[in-house]
Amino acid sequence: MTLIGPLVLASFLFCVGLYGVIARRNSVLVLMSVELMLNAVNINLVAFQSLLHGDDAAVTGQIFALFVIVVAAAEVGIGLAIVFNMFRNRASIDIDDADLMRW
Amino acid sequence: MTGLDVIFILLALMTGGAAILTVISRNLVHAALFLATTLAGIGAIFILMRADFVGLVQIVVYVGAITVLFLFGLMLTRAPIGREALDSRSQPMALAVSATLFVVLTTLIVLAFGDVASTEPTGVPITELGTAIFSEWVFPFEVVSMLLLAALVGAVLLARRDSGESGEEADVEIILDALPTPADVEADRREAAAELAHPDNVTASPQASGGGQ
Repeated sequence: MTLIGPLVLASFLFCVGLYGVIARRNSVLVLMSVELMLNAVNINLVAFQSLLHGDDAAVTGQIFALFVIVVAAAEVGIGLAIVFNMFRNRASIDIDDADLMRW
Repeated sequence: MTGLDVIFILLALMTGGAAILTVISRNLVHAALFLATTLAGIGAIFILMRADFVGLVQIVVYVGAITVLFLFGLMLTRAPIGREALDSRSQPMALAVSATLFVVLTTLIVLAFGDVASTEPTGVPITELGTAIFSEWVFPFEVVSMLLLAALVGAVLLARRDSGESGEEADVEIILDALPTPADVEADRREAAAELAHPDNVTASPQASGGGQ
């Protein structure tokens, strides 16, 4: 299995997530795009572990991928709580409406 | 090109297509379901690279939990399901930025790793993974568990209403005054029974008076 394939797929998913973060207005959809970007990084980590550094005794790549999954889960929980608060206060979850701290 | 490569290309096409549909879908619920498809495809790719444990955790955590969380988020915020105008005005800029980044990243990847020979993926036994977590990585593991706990408490604190709204006691006396007492209920029941019996009298009396005339 070539190493190039997973890396190109990861960069593609990262760029799709970046497009979603910039182009979408609904905050829940922005959170989904952030999840896509985090998963792209996970593909990179597992691919390097499995295809390039298979002899690593500390299994660094897979364990970092697990840590990234944990951080992503925490991020979704906090992010959705913030979105709910914003919906409660402003009756809208559009990113464009959250301009209270805009300079 | 081995069989693994063919399976990988098929999975990558599915994953990439679902990812694109996630960010361009007009229907929010469809977007969440396409996200689930993407994440499941990534889990399958993990398993293909013989990272079984990470792949299964990916499927359990992402497809099982986080997608459901997103669906709850979409439903609870009464998102405009199936309505237009989901994209902001910066859409052309977003397309330009992400396309440029993709070209740059792919060029760099091919330059850096283009000459790496194709190898069989090396799997790690799950016992070795567990040993590594609880020996080499035990401190980061504990830090991450504290992070999860803090995130849990923080999410509950953020999503809760202010204590003044739900913590105040309602005035019970007023409610009790407004409620009917048992005597009232009994009187109402007798009245209703009398009304049920009354229509017979109403229909019977005109006949009797008519017969009298």
